[in-house]
Amino acid sequence: MIDVVLSVAGGMLALAGLLLLYRVVVGPSLVDRVIASDVLLTTLIIVVGADMAISGHTRTIPLMVVLAVIGILGSVSVARFVQRAPSTSASGGEGEL
Amino acid sequence: MIADLVRASTTFVDSEPVATILDGIAAVLILLAAFLTLAAAVGLIRFPDALARLHAATKPQILGVILVVAAIALSVRSWVVLLLLIPVIVFQLLTAPISAHMVARAGYRAGDYDPDTLAVDELAPDVAAAGRSELPGGGLDDEPGTAQGQRGGS
Repeated sequence: MIDVVLSVAGGMLALAGLLLLYRVVVGPSLVDRVIASDVLLTTLIIVVGADMAISGHTRTIPLMVVLAVIGILGSVSVARFVQRAPSTSASGGEGEL
Repeated sequence: MIADLVRASTTFVDSEPVATILDGIAAVLILLAAFLTLAAAVGLIRFPDALARLHAATKPQILGVILVVAAIALSVRSWVVLLLLIPVIVFQLLTAPISAHMVARAGYRAGDYDPDTLAVDELAPDVAAAGRSELPGGGLDDEPGTAQGQRGGS
C-alpha cells in the first residue's frame, strides 16, 4: 500500500511542481512569479515531510523547520520592491523583472 | 506520572493493529496534502489575475503543511519528533498570512487584478492618500485601473 501512496502522492506533487515552475517562468507579472515561487517552497516542505512520513525517518526535520522559517523572506522582500516600483520608475517596472 | 503515561501510550501505539491503522491514516493525510498542492498549482495556472491566484495559493501553505506534519507524527510516533514538528506549523501560521498580505498589497498596487470583480475596495483611498504623501507630483493614480492602463500603454 505504501508504494501506491508513494507513487500517487509523488506524481501529484511532481505535477504540481511542474505547473508551478511553468507559472514562475511564464507568469505575466512579477507578483504571479512571487506567488508561484512561494507555493513552490510550500510544495518542497510537503515533499520533504511526505518523504519522512512514508519512509519513516526523521533526518530532514531541520530542513522543514528552516524552510518554514525563511519562506517568508523572499516573498515579503520582493513584495516591498513591487510596491515601490511605480514611484521609482514611471513605467514598466514589473515587466522588466 | 507523565512518563508513565507516555510509556503506556507508546506501548499502545506500537501494537500491531494500532500501528497499521495509524500508518493508514498517515497515508491518507499525505494523499490529501498532495491533492491540495496539486489543486493550488492548477488554480495558479487557470485563475486569471494575481489576486485570484493568491486565493488558490494559500490553501496548501497552511492546511497542506498541517496535514503532512500530522502524517509524520502518526507515522513516526515519537514525542520528540512531535515537539520538533510543532514549530513548523507555528511558523507557517505566523508567516503565511504576512507574506500573503504583502503580496496581495503589492498585486493591488501594481494593478494586477480585475477591478470589476471587487465587491468593495477599501484600499483605494489609502493608496491614493499614500501616493499623494509620498510623491507630491502624484506617483500613483487614484484609480488603479487607469494605472494599469498607463503601464500597458507605455
